[in-house]
Amino acid sequence: MRSVGSTVLTLVLFATYLGIGALAHDTHFSLAWALASTALVWAGPAQIILISTLGSGATVVQAAIAVTVSAIRLFPMVVSVLPMMRTPQTKRRHLVLATHFIAVTLWVECFRLLPQVPRERRIAFTHGLGIGLCAVCLTATALGYGLAANLPQLFAAAILLLTPLAFLLSTARNCRQLADILALVLGLALFPLASQLHTGVDILISGISAGTIAYGVHAWRERE
Amino acid sequence: MSDFVGDWHALLVLVIAGFLPNEVWRMLGLWLGGGVDEGSELLIWVRAVATAILAGVIAQILVQPPGALASVPDWLRYGAVAAGFAAFMLTRRSIFAGVVCGEVAMVAGKWWLG
Repeated sequence: MRSVGSTVLTLVLFATYLGIGALAHDTHFSLAWALASTALVWAGPAQIILISTLGSGATVVQAAIAVTVSAIRLFPMVVSVLPMMRTPQTKRRHLVLATHFIAVTLWVECFRLLPQVPRERRIAFTHGLGIGLCAVCLTATALGYGLAANLPQLFAAAILLLTPLAFLLSTARNCRQLADILALVLGLALFPLASQLHTGVDILISGISAGTIAYGVHAWRERE
Repeated sequence: MSDFVGDWHALLVLVIAGFLPNEVWRMLGLWLGGGVDEGSELLIWVRAVATAILAGVIAQILVQPPGALASVPDWLRYGAVAAGFAAFMLTRRSIFAGVVCGEVAMVAGKWWLG
């Protein structure tokens, strides 16, 4: 539990979910919907993509495709973090809940904190950390939703601005390789162009092209 | 109470378009994990695309702002985020300093405009 309180990222997460709650309110979703999305989806970027695509009139299929593509990044996270929790006696089903909790913040924190935890207690530790963070996020979602409903426009706008700020900065902080930095910059730059197409999957178009260009530059530099 | 839940159709959409697409990748990672190399080229591409999609979402909120954020003029939204990013870089990548600075810039700008 102390780990939940000690991480700076918890604060960022709190701010992000305040923003998600406010966003859900302003795009006319119910509070139960917003809370269920936090507990079930448990991935801030996916929730924002879901809320903003559905809110801007995309169909369920278009939203599902955008979310599916954005969620691919969870796969390498799960693959890289689970070996840290395994012992020879561990069965797959013991890891299902821990796997559900894996998202950007928990992934980063696992790499930082798990080495200090005895191996046989790591799954329990991850469950505790996951549930603690989830409780923080549910509180923030409800609070953000309520604030957006009741606050003057200026403060509601400030809460909505938390989302892009927190995501931009935490992504920038996680950028280690040239490909990551290029993907972030190109992704920002290409979206306004792609949005002129009005396809409903503009984010996918700009994301896949920017990501592929960034990867291409990375691959080309490796060959040099 | 019905206000709290809203409509059930929306919750179904949440499961189909929100929950399943995420859970599929997590469970695939659980089942297939081990066979994939952390540093493999495929994963670098996947990460680049995921980062760019997230960047697109950030851009979308700023360019086509939802709800109350639409009441803030374009230049002030972009300026506030730029100020936040500048503070982030100046403080050796402190997310907290960047977020606070961006927020203060926007609120101050809006207040000054009246």
